[in-house]
Amino acid sequence: MRTDGPAAGRDRFVAAFQWMLLARTFEDKIAALYRAGKIVGGVYLGRGQEAFSAALGMQLSQENGDVFAGLIRDQAGRMAFGEPILDSARTYLGSVEGPMRGRDGNIHRGRPLRGMPAMISHLGAMVSVVNGMLVAKRFRGRTDVVGGAAIGDGGTSTGAFHEGLNQAAVEKLPLVIAVADNQFAYSTPTSHQYACEDLSDRAAGYGIRGYRIDGTDLETCLETFAEAIERARRGEGPQMVVGKLLRLAGHGEHDDARYIPDELKAKPHGGDCLLLAREQLLTKSWMSEDQLAALTAETQDKVEEAVARAQSEPDPNPFRESWHALATKHLAEGTPAAD
Amino acid sequence: MAITYLDAIREAQARALEEDENVYIYGQDVANFGGAFKATKGLSDRFPDRVIDAPISEDAIIGSAIGAAIEGMRPIVEMQFADFSSIGFNQIINQAATHFWRTGVPCPITIRLPSGGTEGSGPFHSQSMESIYAHYPGLIVMTPATVEDAYGMLLEAIRIDDPVIFCEHKLLYYHLKAEELPKVILPVGKARIARAGRHATVVACSAMVHEALRAARELAEDGWEIEVVDLRSAKPIDTDTILASVARTGRLLAVAESFPWGGLTSEIVSRVASEGFHLLDAPPQRLNSKDTPIPYHPNLWRVHRPTWQSIASATRNLIQL
Ligand SMILES: Cc1ncc(C[n+]2csc(CCOP(=O)(O)OP(=O)(O)O)c2C)c(N)n1
Repeated sequence: MRTDGPAAGRDRFVAAFQWMLLARTFEDKIAALYRAGKIVGGVYLGRGQEAFSAALGMQLSQENGDVFAGLIRDQAGRMAFGEPILDSARTYLGSVEGPMRGRDGNIHRGRPLRGMPAMISHLGAMVSVVNGMLVAKRFRGRTDVVGGAAIGDGGTSTGAFHEGLNQAAVEKLPLVIAVADNQFAYSTPTSHQYACEDLSDRAAGYGIRGYRIDGTDLETCLETFAEAIERARRGEGPQMVVGKLLRLAGHGEHDDARYIPDELKAKPHGGDCLLLAREQLLTKSWMSEDQLAALTAETQDKVEEAVARAQSEPDPNPFRESWHALATKHLAEGTPAAD
Repeated sequence: MAITYLDAIREAQARALEEDENVYIYGQDVANFGGAFKATKGLSDRFPDRVIDAPISEDAIIGSAIGAAIEGMRPIVEMQFADFSSIGFNQIINQAATHFWRTGVPCPITIRLPSGGTEGSGPFHSQSMESIYAHYPGLIVMTPATVEDAYGMLLEAIRIDDPVIFCEHKLLYYHLKAEELPKVILPVGKARIARAGRHATVVACSAMVHEALRAARELAEDGWEIEVVDLRSAKPIDTDTILASVARTGRLLAVAESFPWGGLTSEIVSRVASEGFHLLDAPPQRLNSKDTPIPYHPNLWRVHRPTWQSIASATRNLIQL
């Protein structure tokens, strides 16, 4: 949340940087565990997108009843919104104590009752779910809540994305859609994804406000999402923020991303948002090298502790699993419950 | 005053809207217009904020209903025709059906599917999709065959904490009548003996129950007593009631309007074969529509779907096996 006063800009920047660093450190750890064969299933990193993701997640308010629907590159946004690090660690490591209890893994996690819907893999599908959560809140007289939903450039090509955005526009819902245009969808370059000049051009077609920003610049991300969230909260309807950036990892950790030419990293929007933010902290003397070193060490400890704890917890036990998919137990077919 | 199957569906929704302020209706043309079949006629006058017209976006209609349900609402979604639920298929089977199991948070949505064939409706306004949805864990699939069940089961569907696919048959909308709305209904999950008999069991659901009853009356003229089991829900299947019936008759014919490959009738036959093999005096039989898309012309359509004539003939064969 924003605070007032002369130090507000600095505090906001530093807070966002801390979330970015935590997300990067956590994901580096998960990637290392993946390479060591300690993670079952895929690992997808948000490397290069932390500023864009955290700027949205951090400026929404879980306490207020806002919603944040992160996708595969939103470790930073999820944490900044309020997802405990243990939820992430437990889900990656399959701990039965985690929110998904081993039934789902990695980025497919959430706590829907705390404004964090659990994404399904199918791209575009979460937009209308967030719409529905906002509709429910409106039924209860809450028009001052905002829903943030993430999507990639590839995801914008789905019918579900279009249906969801149009629906939000028709219903004038307080939706902030964050499009991370990271130049690739898996291996597919944007030239095979869309033919408009910029994805933010589509906003006009939906009758909503669009923003086109440098997604690698933390301050720009913070300012833009602050404005978008405020407008949505004021009742101005959906806001579409398109951030230009570059995916600085493979699609998943199984992918060496050979198809991404190195020179893109030197081009506009190709930089590492975390390094850029770090430089700005130093330039503006908002943090010293010593403070940064201390923060890095502290963040490392936090990550190690969460991972160690999740690793020590029990895996799910198939013999204690209920094997029923219904809330209405007596209508469930199949194997009788073990307990 | 006679009440039709369609009236019952409307009255159930009116009562649900009345009793629970978390209930709302969302679908194409459902508000002022009252729905393509008038299943929501007049409801938006009584509940203007809770009967909402949707854009032609089945994916987003169902997706948003799921989001609202997560937050504790009880949305009723009307698909204009069952056939168009294919556009919302992903949200139904991957989002709604998995939600409780994945997160522990229930997803109480009711999706009304105006289902089944009628004359002249053709390949895209005639489908019976209960087998498709029943295949997926996490869904309840209701297939009411009577006015009483259209009313009572829809009320129950809305109250249930799980996603319910409510297959209402368009052929029954206007023709099927009852004297009054039921006071009590059989619990969901229980099948009903629609007609008692001892020579063969015909298991059916939805409009096929009425075709089966007519076939049973036909065979009764020759002295055959056919038992007709109205399944009521395609999921769960009340295997106990089916087995008990087969125990009395020794013979089984499973009938459904859906396509013949796999599905409800296969499931019934396989359950009876594996759990009640010793009860059978003849190989269990099944009868479905033909394995082609659903034809437009009445001459073709009448032969494509099971009818009382084809059920009667299949039952005669079964008795002679
Ligand atoms: C509907 C659908 N089709 C295919 C996939 C497989 N898939 C997962 S991520 C991905 C690429 C997504 O690209 P984009 O939306 O640009 O997001 P990014 O991975 O770049 O963050 C694909 C094709 C999917 N998850 N959903």
